Amino acid sequence: MASQNDPDSPARLFEARRKIFPRKIDGTFRRLKWAIMIVTLTIYYVTPWLRWDRGAWAPDQAVLVDLANRRFYMFSIEIWPHEFYYVAGLLIMAGIGLFLVTSAVGRAWCGYACPQTVWTDLFLHVERAIEGDRNAQVRLQNAPWGPAKIAKRGAKWSVWLLISVLTGGAWIFYFADAPALARSLFDGTAPFVAYGTIAVLTATTFILGGFMREQVCVYMCPWPRIQGAMLDEKSLVVTYKAWRGEPRSRGLKRAVEGEAALVPAGDCIDCNACVAVCPTGIDIREGPQIGCITCALCIDACDQMMEKVGRPIRLIGYTTDADEKLARSGQPALSPVRRLLRPRTILYFAVWAAIGLAMLFALGNRARIDLSVQQSRNPVWVRLSDGSVRNSYTVKVRNMEARPREVEIAIDGAPGVIWNEAGTRESAGRTVRMRVDADQVAKAQLFVAAPAAGDARQPIRFTVRALDGDGATAAGESYFERPEAGQ
Amino acid sequence: MADDKRIDEATGTRFVGHEWDGIEELDTPMPRWWLWTFYASIVFAIGYCIAYPAWPLMERATAGVLGWTSEGELEAEMARERTRSAGVLAEIARTPAEKILSNPRLLRVAEEGGRSAFKMHCVQCHGSGAAGSSGYPNLNDDDWLWGGDVATIERTIQHGIRQPGDDGTRMSMMPAFGKDGILTAANIDDVVSHVRVISGQERPSAASRRGVALFSANCAACHGDGGQGNRSFGAPSLTDPIWLYGGDRDAITRTVTNARYGIMPAWVGRLDPATIRMLAVYVHSLGGGEATPAPTPTPSPAPGNGQPK
Ligand code: SF4
Ligand code: SF4
Repeated sequence: MASQNDPDSPARLFEARRKIFPRKIDGTFRRLKWAIMIVTLTIYYVTPWLRWDRGAWAPDQAVLVDLANRRFYMFSIEIWPHEFYYVAGLLIMAGIGLFLVTSAVGRAWCGYACPQTVWTDLFLHVERAIEGDRNAQVRLQNAPWGPAKIAKRGAKWSVWLLISVLTGGAWIFYFADAPALARSLFDGTAPFVAYGTIAVLTATTFILGGFMREQVCVYMCPWPRIQGAMLDEKSLVVTYKAWRGEPRSRGLKRAVEGEAALVPAGDCIDCNACVAVCPTGIDIREGPQIGCITCALCIDACDQMMEKVGRPIRLIGYTTDADEKLARSGQPALSPVRRLLRPRTILYFAVWAAIGLAMLFALGNRARIDLSVQQSRNPVWVRLSDGSVRNSYTVKVRNMEARPREVEIAIDGAPGVIWNEAGTRESAGRTVRMRVDADQVAKAQLFVAAPAAGDARQPIRFTVRALDGDGATAAGESYFERPEAGQ
Repeated sequence: MADDKRIDEATGTRFVGHEWDGIEELDTPMPRWWLWTFYASIVFAIGYCIAYPAWPLMERATAGVLGWTSEGELEAEMARERTRSAGVLAEIARTPAEKILSNPRLLRVAEEGGRSAFKMHCVQCHGSGAAGSSGYPNLNDDDWLWGGDVATIERTIQHGIRQPGDDGTRMSMMPAFGKDGILTAANIDDVVSHVRVISGQERPSAASRRGVALFSANCAACHGDGGQGNRSFGAPSLTDPIWLYGGDRDAITRTVTNARYGIMPAWVGRLDPATIRMLAVYVHSLGGGEATPAPTPTPSPAPGNGQPK
């Protein structure tokens, strides 16, 4: 790279982006990238369209974030806002999973699975299909604007835009019934926020995937900085094996000559193929650097060269720092098992698995009916005309099943009677019935009256019991309060 | 500084001149798009200041060409809310109060609407929890001077108690037995003793026994022979532990001597019918409300659908 700062001229504070034209390449890792791209994009675009029958009272979309009703559906699992810790747990697992993967196999996330990488890759393929490979692209870039250039650029940007719209469009289907939303999108009756979200995501996909590309990875993304802390000497990183490649031999012929003349010549023929294919435009031979997303395309490129010149492949390869030291001293590399199983990875895996198991356990045992009780404090107690004392409570019953349920609330621990706001003291008994709609919280004001004689503060329990099916129960604790003597 | 001129061999980039533990910072230029983003932010900020209220002046801020204000936004939102709730309020105004009790949807709306109207208009006398205080009845308890079913409560709110100038108001007046010289202080003392006996606060005594006859002659007409009260006159029951002005000797003596003349304003004309109805439902829902008296059953023909049972 040329000097960015000429010491004699004033320092340039801002640098224009160097345009990168990654060359097409085929090989093991390229095919792996293809496979991962197809799988991840398919999951992304198809998931909202999967159906899942939950009966008449709940949406039948397999994965649905129902913000309006504050429910999160994922196949047979339904998450309520108060169960958000499941989502938090998943996020923590994703985080620790990233630590685990990074410490084991390096920045695999960056190279293969990150949305920025996947969509940039897709956009690069579109670009190559329309403008041709690296050399044609450079030529087009340098050509003056004319009909041909306008046509090609126009076609490329149109396809990018189409992909961007589809990408932004797919996102909103996770938040509403997909077929209905799709229809309303076309007849113009979808909510404004739907169009707005599509517009914003289209813009970000178009700009970040089409134009910003590696700038996102290098300047905007915090992960490379964080992941750096996860890497150690046993993590896989894409490495140019300088001890094998240097000194570079400037072309095949010279390499052969060099060997004949017993001049030491490394395996690197300085063909720059590794630089030409790199989507972030870096030269891996300069050593590990933040711009390297470990996509391994340079490995494919260099392997092709090594095969052509009849040298062993993997002059550039996935290697660990520890293996590099061993290789320099001529020792064999560590076995993959010894490399993968070390305290750090085992610890990450243990934490990751423990959270997962705890969540599965909690998920399997969670109650689908729930009761919370809050005692009214204004006034705390009321004296009734027969001399007894009355307290009032706000009771919330959560029916977390996708069907309406009839429930019965009973009091336990106070020798009194109970009624609700639709009833009156005349209709009081020991239990109150109510109906809770499918997947809803029902709130009721309950009144409990008991004789004035007794403790000033007596524990009381409300139990709710479903009157149908499994007869699920739940209980809530509170107190029954009486005036102090003399009041 | 001389250091500023030093160049890093490997990258050809100028050193900033700082060093930490042997690590030196390079003066790497920022990317150009960052600069553009910065300029765009400045342009946005200028545009924002022109479009929206921004610069504080002496009286108020610059108006902004869009004419947006937070008050205007609030006003628009309130107007939207008024249109949104107009339907259900009309429905409440149409539905008799006791029908609302058996309609869970309207009940919920009426309770909430009544709760907020209560906070506006009623807490000054009845307290924020409707627990009242001396002279202002507790609306949570089940002791009702004029009746506690929802329709009766609604009528009380509409016309108030002893509201001058309202023909429908609840009217009654207890004589000031002492002030007007109907009873002597000693008589009053005897009556008070009797009242405290029937309300279970005192044991019978010579005074209370003297009070029995005085009570039937002067008080029973309104309060009933046993002192159980009479709702047609709003005469309180004297046998329960609930006292509007206090049940101790002193308070009762003052009541009998001077009489009480509590006034509650009539709300009809000041509040719309839907609000009054919601207030009635809310007050009824506080837990002291009574069931509407059951209608006298009228014999109806046996249900038949043409088939023998
Ligand atoms: S250096 Fe190689 S692995 Fe790193 S980003 Fe470039 S092509 Fe991918
Ligand atoms: S592709 Fe391989 S041989 Fe060619 S320059 Fe890169 S490291 Fe050297």
